[in-house]
Amino acid sequence: MLLRHTTKEIKERQALAVNPAKTCQPIGAMYAALGIHNCLPHSHGSQGCCAYHRSTLTRHYKEPVMAGSSSFTEGASVFGGQANLLQAIDTIFTVYDPDVIAVHTTCLSETIGDDIPQIAKKAEADGKIPAGKYVIHANTPSYVGTHVTGFATMTKAMVDYFAEANGHKVDQINIIPGYVEPSDMEEIKRIVTELGLRSVMFPDTSNVLNRPQTGRFDMFPKGGTTVEAIRSSGNSRATIALGRLASGPAARALDSKCKVGCEILELPIGLAATDVFVDTLRRIGGVSVPESINTERGRMLDIITDMHQYFYGKKVGLVGDPDQLISLTEFLVSIDMWPVYVVTGTKGKKFEARIKEITRDVPHEVKVAAGGDMFLFHQWIKNEPVDLMMGNTYLKYISRDEDIPLVRFGFPILDRVGHSYFPTVGYRGGMRLLEKILDALLDKKDKDAPEESFELVL
Amino acid sequence: MVANKTNPATEIDSVDPNELKAELVAKYPTKVGRKRAKQIVINRVDECGEVPEMGANARTIPGIITQRGCSYAGCKGVVLGPTRDIINLTHGPIGCGFYSWLTRRNQTRPDGPEDANFMTYCFSTDLQDEDIVFGGEKKLRQAIRELYENFKPKAIGIFSTCPVGLIGDDVHAVAREMKEELGINIFGFSCEGYKGVSQSAGHHIANNGLFNHVVGLDNTPKEGKFKINLLGEYNIGGDAFEIERILEEAGITLVTTFSGNSTYDKFANSHMADLNTVMCHRSINYVAEMMEKKYGIPWIKVNFIGAASTAKTLRKIANYFEDEELIERVEKTIAEEMVEVEKVRLEVKSRCEGKTAMLFVGGSRAHHYQDLFAEIGMKTVAAGYEFAHRDDYEGRTVLPNIKVDADSRNIEELHVEPDPERYSPRKSEEALERLKAKGFRFKDYDGMMPEMESGTLIVDDISQYESEKLIEKYKPDIFCAGIKEKYAIQKKGVPMKQLHSYDSGGPYAGFKGAINFWREIDRMVNSKVWSYLKAPWQESPELTATYAWE
Repeated sequence: MLLRHTTKEIKERQALAVNPAKTCQPIGAMYAALGIHNCLPHSHGSQGCCAYHRSTLTRHYKEPVMAGSSSFTEGASVFGGQANLLQAIDTIFTVYDPDVIAVHTTCLSETIGDDIPQIAKKAEADGKIPAGKYVIHANTPSYVGTHVTGFATMTKAMVDYFAEANGHKVDQINIIPGYVEPSDMEEIKRIVTELGLRSVMFPDTSNVLNRPQTGRFDMFPKGGTTVEAIRSSGNSRATIALGRLASGPAARALDSKCKVGCEILELPIGLAATDVFVDTLRRIGGVSVPESINTERGRMLDIITDMHQYFYGKKVGLVGDPDQLISLTEFLVSIDMWPVYVVTGTKGKKFEARIKEITRDVPHEVKVAAGGDMFLFHQWIKNEPVDLMMGNTYLKYISRDEDIPLVRFGFPILDRVGHSYFPTVGYRGGMRLLEKILDALLDKKDKDAPEESFELVL
Repeated sequence: MVANKTNPATEIDSVDPNELKAELVAKYPTKVGRKRAKQIVINRVDECGEVPEMGANARTIPGIITQRGCSYAGCKGVVLGPTRDIINLTHGPIGCGFYSWLTRRNQTRPDGPEDANFMTYCFSTDLQDEDIVFGGEKKLRQAIRELYENFKPKAIGIFSTCPVGLIGDDVHAVAREMKEELGINIFGFSCEGYKGVSQSAGHHIANNGLFNHVVGLDNTPKEGKFKINLLGEYNIGGDAFEIERILEEAGITLVTTFSGNSTYDKFANSHMADLNTVMCHRSINYVAEMMEKKYGIPWIKVNFIGAASTAKTLRKIANYFEDEELIERVEKTIAEEMVEVEKVRLEVKSRCEGKTAMLFVGGSRAHHYQDLFAEIGMKTVAAGYEFAHRDDYEGRTVLPNIKVDADSRNIEELHVEPDPERYSPRKSEEALERLKAKGFRFKDYDGMMPEMESGTLIVDDISQYESEKLIEKYKPDIFCAGIKEKYAIQKKGVPMKQLHSYDSGGPYAGFKGAINFWREIDRMVNSKVWSYLKAPWQESPELTATYAWE
């Protein structure tokens, strides 16, 4: 057994986290910053933070992930990291020449209390920030929040630093896509375009973390939202924020800074959430939904009606991030699956309440843990197994020990490809999720069925 | 297309390393350039084997985009990570524990279903802001109690992350207290990420901790005539399994490996060995030195990377024991193993000879893996380490000349005395002299540079910018570094083999490992996939004819 020490008996823990269902803020900030065009994320802390974040993002995307570090030593930790950050800014602009350096802090620089805006001002006064270039920042101590809030904070920093209202409204909608894959960001843009609407989306990691093999390495690839585009978001008609936790803060900041009204929606994963997204676009944009989108919706629904017998009453255990889990749970409930265990490492009472609300009609007890971990999740499974698990790659250890099929979903996925190219948002993304769920369930059925009831047609 | 070029010799020879160095340095702000110039050196081996001074183990320049990680990674991730039955508890915010959870591909093989294995788990105190404000010791104590209650381990190691050092949590005091309370071995490591200049500081801290708290706890004599420890081998991709197989075949008893496929009890008993063999000199020479001083166990440098190197290592071990029977058995093992090795080597060599490699990785791998490439006729045109010290480049003879700077001074140097009862020199003075007279050398690491050609470029702590430039100039057939570098290099059309955790595959150590590695390199440098980079219309964009549509 791979997780041989996990017991059925659940003992209450107050201090110990085992097999976490979250990671720290800075990696989310780094991921968000990669969604700005010509931007180098910068980790203000020890080298290890930057190395770990780059490694994890690289393993998840199988793509180059470039970022700088302030390379703190003991001296910097005692005397403050100003000299290190000033040196970093000079080195980065001289050698790598980005438009933006997006600095995020770490537990180290937050504990010693480095003031990033003050250091950036000094860099500017020293002439180390070339004209037309920017240093922006987000405070992301690792002992607060999770990778999701780190993403949210850096996304909000884009608004704080760049968004401007000049009094002339532009015929465009802001989309804040949430902590989703580059493929999802691409799909969200496609849907908006399909409705005939113009949009500014930030951050946008498509064509950054799913770029083509061309035989050429570009330090700063084609993708990412330009500073100019983010600036113009202050003049947009409205903002649609997808995912309350990841996108809410930036949307609200745009509202208060530039008076751009916002609608904060759940991530468009599954039928109902995508319906809400498309309908909101239609309403705000004053357009009608084209037939092509109706066709996509109809196809997704067709899979659900055709294969409903395999979804019905299946118990599912979910581990992931709050915004994703809310929509995913709703999706599974809508196709009559039973999400019986829902675990996220990110704390939040609203999350627990929302999951309870979505699952109130599920004819089975539903356990929810916000601030839980995969050890607890596994213990629940030891007490009562499920038919399917959905979550990141770490679940494969439980999957093998307990012989429960796994659909990889969320972050990080370290052992399969696809997530960066094929979306799970929108109707097309929903079709992909349904396919994955069916593949997992039916492969298991085919593997376990007695010979006499092994069937050709399913 | 660089991967399948036909005449590498002329391209490499056309690169003037002095010009290239000047170009690399010129890109940086002046002061930065001056610092980098000390770490970019053109190799020159004189008649006495002397090489130029290499700038190493120096601070990384902020913002340069380094390969390096931190002290915590070196301590918890590298050295202690591969031991299956010590619980590694990360004391800090969640990230550090999360990122070092199962990502290094260390394999382990528990003796049975009841045997402890915590390597698949991640344990953390998950510090929150209130802990940073009010101190984390209380939470640490409670976490240790909960660990004991849930898992009943033999031993717990506590690993400090950056904020822990700053808020002043005394993990060592908590360890002592909880050891008393629970009656199991508990010890702390002050391996905060800001210590030192790279992972290397963490290796040293891990060595000290193991030596102080575990080595020497169990005096049970281990059965076996020729007992050795293998130090600096981490069982990535199953390397240690292959070495274990070979040693068993040759009749050599392995007391423990530090730390691939290891257990707490094996560490505790490791001072009963009669020879320490050191693979990765950088990460573990401290334990070897300290065990020699305290217990009288001599150490030698070995290398199981490369078939010829493995054979040489086995002979060296046999010669140390001066036993005819062992020498004979070792020769028999080598002869048997080399049949298949030679077959594959010649086959692969026929397709790889003349191709070129670059290695920028680790603290010993950039050296060791050159042997494997050389055996199939591939030349290393430039190399460097990520976190090594001068002795790993220039050889241990420079040790007395290395200036200890402030960053290194912060890492404790243990004062070790011979153990009053257990110190026992494994070789008499007379035996040592006899061996030395026959050319046998102890503590004999010559470093990477003396074994590389004059004129090759050696770059320490290479930056992203420098890697790109080197690839553009030398156009190597393969580049070896870490996961962060991998895809930037491959996007340039050059295959990249990850040599920290290998990404996939292994073992690459020992005889079977050599075969695996050569097959892998053959796959990579001769693959047709690199020939698809241009679409047909990109290869010849001009229109020659058009269809007339009706």
